[in-house]
Amino acid sequence: MSAPQSSKLNAQGYRHDLRGYLTGFGLAVVLTVIPFAMVAMGDTLDRATVIGVVAVLGVVQLFVHLRYFLHVDFSPEEREKVYLLAFSALLLFLMAAGTIWVLVNMNTRMMGMG
Amino acid sequence: MSGTSAIHAAPGLSYEAGHDHDHDAAGKALWGFWLFMMSDLILFGLFFATYATMLDPMSYAGGPTPRDLFELPGAAMETAVLLTSTLTFGLASLAVKYEQGRGRVLGWLGVTLALGLVFLGLEVREFAHMIAIGAVPQRSGFLSAFFGLVPLHGLHVTAGAIWLVILMVQIVGKGIDAGLTSRLARLALFWHFLDIIWIGIFSIVYLGGIV
Amino acid sequence: MTTDFWRIVFGRLDLGALDFLTAFRDPTLNEIILSGAAWAVILGGLAAVVALSRYRLWGPLWQNYLVSVDHKRIGIMYIVLAGIMLVRGVLEGVVMRGQQADGLGGGFLSANHYAQLFSTHGTIMIFFMAMPFLTGLINIVVPLQIGARDVSFPMLNSASLGLTVAGAALVMISLVVGQFSTGGWTAYPPYTDSLFQPGPGPDYWLWSVLLAGLGTTITGINFVVTILRERAPGMTLMKMPMFTWTALCTAILMVFALPPVTVSTAMLLLDRYAGFHFFTNALGGNMMNYANLFWLFGHPEVYILILPAFGVYSEIVATYSGKRLYGYGSLVVATMSIAVLSFTVWLHHFFTMGQDADMNAAFGIATMLIGVPTGVKVYDWMATMYRGRVRMTVPMVYLVSFMVLFVLGGLSGIILANPSIDFQVHNTLFLVAHFHNMLIPGLLFGMLAGYTYWFPKLFGFRLNDRWGYISAWSWVAGFVLVFFPMYVVGLMGMTRRTVAYTNPAYQPWMILSAVGGVVVTVALLSLFVQLYVSIRDREFTRDIGGDPWDARTLEWATPSPVPAYNFAVIPHVHAREAFAVAKEAGLGYQAPPAYADIHLPGDTWMGVILAVFGTAFGFGMIWYMWWLAALSFAVMAVAFIGRALRGDRAGVVIPAAQVAAEHRAWLAAVGRLAPVTREHEQDGINHGVAAPETREVAA
Ligand code: HEM
Ligand SMILES: [Cu+2]
Repeated sequence: MSAPQSSKLNAQGYRHDLRGYLTGFGLAVVLTVIPFAMVAMGDTLDRATVIGVVAVLGVVQLFVHLRYFLHVDFSPEEREKVYLLAFSALLLFLMAAGTIWVLVNMNTRMMGMG
Repeated sequence: MSGTSAIHAAPGLSYEAGHDHDHDAAGKALWGFWLFMMSDLILFGLFFATYATMLDPMSYAGGPTPRDLFELPGAAMETAVLLTSTLTFGLASLAVKYEQGRGRVLGWLGVTLALGLVFLGLEVREFAHMIAIGAVPQRSGFLSAFFGLVPLHGLHVTAGAIWLVILMVQIVGKGIDAGLTSRLARLALFWHFLDIIWIGIFSIVYLGGIV
Repeated sequence: MTTDFWRIVFGRLDLGALDFLTAFRDPTLNEIILSGAAWAVILGGLAAVVALSRYRLWGPLWQNYLVSVDHKRIGIMYIVLAGIMLVRGVLEGVVMRGQQADGLGGGFLSANHYAQLFSTHGTIMIFFMAMPFLTGLINIVVPLQIGARDVSFPMLNSASLGLTVAGAALVMISLVVGQFSTGGWTAYPPYTDSLFQPGPGPDYWLWSVLLAGLGTTITGINFVVTILRERAPGMTLMKMPMFTWTALCTAILMVFALPPVTVSTAMLLLDRYAGFHFFTNALGGNMMNYANLFWLFGHPEVYILILPAFGVYSEIVATYSGKRLYGYGSLVVATMSIAVLSFTVWLHHFFTMGQDADMNAAFGIATMLIGVPTGVKVYDWMATMYRGRVRMTVPMVYLVSFMVLFVLGGLSGIILANPSIDFQVHNTLFLVAHFHNMLIPGLLFGMLAGYTYWFPKLFGFRLNDRWGYISAWSWVAGFVLVFFPMYVVGLMGMTRRTVAYTNPAYQPWMILSAVGGVVVTVALLSLFVQLYVSIRDREFTRDIGGDPWDARTLEWATPSPVPAYNFAVIPHVHAREAFAVAKEAGLGYQAPPAYADIHLPGDTWMGVILAVFGTAFGFGMIWYMWWLAALSFAVMAVAFIGRALRGDRAGVVIPAAQVAAEHRAWLAAVGRLAPVTREHEQDGINHGVAAPETREVAA
């Protein structure tokens, strides 16, 4: 491989990678601005809808970050990492959702008796 | 492989000539760091869950509620700063990967550090304001949960900033060798990870609290 | 002015906190036991210092152990720690049994002292006996089984040990200075809040658990990476020995199950030190969240404890039956399903807390489900023994007793998993009987079996069998005598964590149980006698060939005691139970075609620094000696940052010529030794080379 060729390849690779970061950033900005704007609009929007949108866009943004900043994808080299993330997500869900489920259940039962 | 095929056929185990270790030290360290982050993720997840269960009149204990405390502009500023810092760290990583020179790397890291410090400054200002109006962690379960969760993230950012300074000192001193590239890769991971946690914080604590 | 000064220096510490003085002021039996324990710690420590100085062992201890990153040395240190804590834990258990034998309407211990005893006993047994023991075994065995030179992060391995030691040291210090928590090993608030226990007790518990928990998390990370990244060429996941599989699952659990207890501990610390309201009665705290968080950790924790023992049993059952491990695939699947299911049942520890019946039913069913994979394992072990060439060696005594007793304990667990029954026996001694019935056979027996099994690998001689049998059978008999009566009184309604009782019907059972306590003490003593006798007679039980049990996995294919570099040349693995297959083909001891230089990681002071300054940090926090805490924290931080700035210490290179010489000498020795058949396994002629026998081997 001669020097000029490799630096050209390098430049291409750089542009490609840069585009990745910028795409991720752009998407993240959009996914942040929308929920902030909706909340800023205050009572003009239905509260439940806003909460739903905030939650969904938050999750979408999570995937954007994973893809564009942490470079997690479904390529074979990354497969182990995907398994790890999926497993962690499962346990996170069990523990966090479980905590909320259990404690909210007890809170409501105490309110009822109070 | 070719010359040793006879030994390969041996059952159980065999010994082959040649160097026995191809230690991919950087890869192992990165993988270990991923595990650490997943452990940390659970930690944050439980602080989040605790916070969620404290969004309850019982836990407000007659004190301020999220609606009384949180404001959009402040949260938006913090979010913008931290998100930008994640991009600038990415640019630093690219500068390392494409060997664009020490100056470029240090420049982007410097910007990242500055943004991180601004973020921390904004956060401290917010906490100071809350404390000034009596919204202290000792006031209620809800405020305890808030002051458990959000400053925990802030502490992580602080640790990241200290680490960043250390690496920058090393770059100035020794330049960018393989070890440093590997350490920078881990810090990048950490920094991006903290931004992901922040998505949870602005969605659940701030937006969820104000809406 | 001066009092202010001393207040800053000593925080809230004063002479009244020194337990070893109390007996002089108030010589009751209760106080004498309290002070006696303090003196035991002080004198024990002094004796150790004197002995080390007298025999000039400080240098070797420092060089070969304290700063070493060799996974085998670190493992040994973990197990020594576990041994020390086992002594204290068992003696506390026995004192409690003595108290309750005499506890009809009184007894010799004060309620407060009894409460400290069950709190330290439980805390020690779980965090500072069981955890170090299994971590030590994993440290020793896993790199050998997977054909690695060391773990992935040797410095962090030393750091984990340091943190664990710091936690244990704090529990030991609490015997001498101040009092430990009276809140049990679970430390539930609000009882452990500063409102009810303003003293240092709960702080001792919190800081020791926090420090040790951090160490455990790091260990988990280390071993997941080690097992996934350091395996010898050719060893696919499904060729890994069963113990390594259980170690992998345990390590994964360590990574994911420790965060909840880190969170609950951190929150309780904030409540106690900074007036937060996570778990308080007042101002919107929610103490039920503590129970929730603690058991999110606590249940997976019991599988952290039990899985490695399952791994040990899987290894020894195949070896001592002379047969391939039956149902390898099902054991792997069972281990992994246990690991995941263990995160879905935590609520069974607080069925009575007030959630609705549907939720209890859901968790009750989940709990019963987890019995299924465990049952699969027991069948696999039995099938391995079936028509095998079974030798009732000491580890097999533990295994067989385990199989019987553990199934009984599991049955009492299924009973408890039924919420409506649990409401009746919750917080009674029935529960205490149940979990000891799981933990003693399912953890302690497994660890002791592993200790007996792998001992020659590390030290080059076998343990004495006579005392081994005495100890094993005493553990079994003592366990049955201590704990089966507790099922009975538990069903009669005798509550746990209670110093005395008024119902005379309990007393005969409690006396029986105390007799069991004596037998358990004999078992414990026998372990030490065994160690002494074994060292004394080591010339008669030399293991030179490295394979005294005709065993099956890679660690037996290298010399005993294992050289620092583990394997002269890393073997390529072509089969599960690779060594057994190789021996079958007559290729157990091949000469490698060539040797290469071996790189080993360099020493580190990190473990020592964390042990010393971690302890000092905890002590400072507990006694409000803020300067000490800050200083110690700074030292640890500087050590870490300094390490980051400087990078790894230069490692050691062992030249190929030296490796070749050592390995060839060993191969020659193996060639000279007479192979022994299994009839003579326990005899003096067993020097670690097994005679070929018809084996059933894995393809
Ligand atoms: C070997 C002999 C042992 C004896 C004689 C013994 C005895 C006891 C006694 C008397 C109690 C207190 C019961 C009560 O009044 O509530 C207790 C509690 C406990 N034991 Fe043991 N035990 C032994 C071994 C073990 C082992 C091996 C473990 C764990 C690996 C263990 C873990 C615990 C725990 C977690 C508690 C509960 C402490 C609490 O209530 O917070 N014990 N034991
Ligand atoms: Cu459980």
